[in-house]
Amino acid sequence: MATPATAAEPAILRLSGIDRRFGGVHAVRGVDLEVRPGERRAVLGPNGAGKTTVFNLISGEFPPSSGRVELFGHDVTNLPARKRARMGLSRTFQTSRLFAGLSVEDNLFLGALGVGAGHLRMVPSSKDGRLREQARAMASQVGLDSRLDDLVMDLSHGEQRQLEVGMALVAEPKLLMLDEPAAGLSRAERVKLTEMLLGLDESITLILIEHDMDVALRVAQWVTMMHDGAVIVEGTPEEIRGNQTVHDLYLGSGLISHE
Amino acid sequence: MNQFVTVTLNGLTLAALYFVVASGFTLIFGLMRVVNMAHGALYLLGGYIALEIQTRWFEDEGSGLGLSLSGASDTEYSVFAWFVPLVLATLIIGVLGVVLQQVFLRWNQGQDLRQALITIALSVILADQMLAYWGGISKDIAAPSAWPTSITLPGDVRFGFFRGVVVLAAALIIGLGLYLIIKRTRFGKIVRAGVDDRDMVSALGINVNRVFIGMFFLGAMLAGIGGVLGGTMISLAPGQDTAFLLNSLIVVIIGGMGSLGGAAIGALALGLVDAYADVYLVFGDVDLTNYSIIVTFALLVGVLAVRPLGLFGRPA
Repeated sequence: MATPATAAEPAILRLSGIDRRFGGVHAVRGVDLEVRPGERRAVLGPNGAGKTTVFNLISGEFPPSSGRVELFGHDVTNLPARKRARMGLSRTFQTSRLFAGLSVEDNLFLGALGVGAGHLRMVPSSKDGRLREQARAMASQVGLDSRLDDLVMDLSHGEQRQLEVGMALVAEPKLLMLDEPAAGLSRAERVKLTEMLLGLDESITLILIEHDMDVALRVAQWVTMMHDGAVIVEGTPEEIRGNQTVHDLYLGSGLISHE
Repeated sequence: MNQFVTVTLNGLTLAALYFVVASGFTLIFGLMRVVNMAHGALYLLGGYIALEIQTRWFEDEGSGLGLSLSGASDTEYSVFAWFVPLVLATLIIGVLGVVLQQVFLRWNQGQDLRQALITIALSVILADQMLAYWGGISKDIAAPSAWPTSITLPGDVRFGFFRGVVVLAAALIIGLGLYLIIKRTRFGKIVRAGVDDRDMVSALGINVNRVFIGMFFLGAMLAGIGGVLGGTMISLAPGQDTAFLLNSLIVVIIGGMGSLGGAAIGALALGLVDAYADVYLVFGDVDLTNYSIIVTFALLVGVLAVRPLGLFGRPA
């Protein structure tokens, strides 16, 4: 398996000395992270390790207390989430963030529209047809083509998670970040998800937070292990499996939770 | 029987006017969770601005003395003399709504109480300024002289042309237009998505602030159109601003905050109850028509007892 750190290629994402405090809670402490184009990276760690906070800092939900975020070679530390999305970053959220009152097709339509132009158009346009095509194609890619017109609130949990991945992909991102995509999925759905992630276009860079080791270690080429807001180990899935600290902290602790 | 038809038509046309005004109010609330308490002030100001444009640009100074015993002006008004003020006043109120949102509300996003107090304060200030400038006597915007004053319906019922045809048609066109915008266009999809999750809309790469500007422009314009229609159909006078704010509130509480269909049903209920209570609350010698407002609130209580979020309301 290729080591991602081939220094020739510039990093698609670089975090330098990132800190984030929430009042008295020091959620992320001095995290450095570098991800190369096309890499498949998993971020692991027990609950409360700061994984989702790091995701939020990358996508721009809130700024870091100190440190620097670089995306696609630009300093984006002070850019809002929507501008980072337009640069080619897509993400999903740990808890479902879909538009429950809209149909599957309309959700995907908005996902495709977001990075495009003409958000304020109050008359139908010929370009709407192309966006709808894109939405339908994505629906079949994530296995929801039979539910195009159904409202999201009527979908099952598994279908909603499929749709979330579709929402992130329909914008044709360069960097895709998935926050626990397998949470709450059945065995069969997890296998389907793993296959879909392995089948992703090679040009897409993927960062994945996942508690399910089967999914995470199969998909990832490189693993970042976090604990208590800091990165403690980085390595290949094999190295992570063999690492004693990781075992003590996480794999062998018997405290893995699947919420 | 004729009286019943007339009273029903009165109720329907009143409902049409309520709907135009309340639809702007409910759309702004649905997307932004802003209860714009200045909506009534925008309604009245829209009417006054149209009146001002009409009198300044279109009143034919050469004809007559501007006095007449019947109180009606001798001036002839062309169709332009009504439509130009309508369009201009609507646009001015739309821009004013955007200014109000950007200057006063934008940095108070999510602070419901502050936003309510700011908009109440603005409507009090606007009400006083309008009283100072346009006075306390009620004024009408003139409909085009070429339009008939009334139409005759089957059964020999006569009903005002402007009220029965123009206002009703305007409400139907506006309702259909809004429905198509909300259901079919990009802007509409973003607005409906924003009702569910504003931050997620932002995460998709959409500039929510610009969508808010678009929505406030649209919502305020509807208040402005309402003001011109109402100023022609009824009249413009101090106090109409709070009356129409209250009406809009009742309509959207009945229909459900943020729902266009709810606003239509709520406006119909309020308009008809208003009209019937004004006429039929007479029992023998006992005339209770002065208390017709109580029937309105009984309607409100009845709806809320069964559906606390309004007929089409969804939890936020």
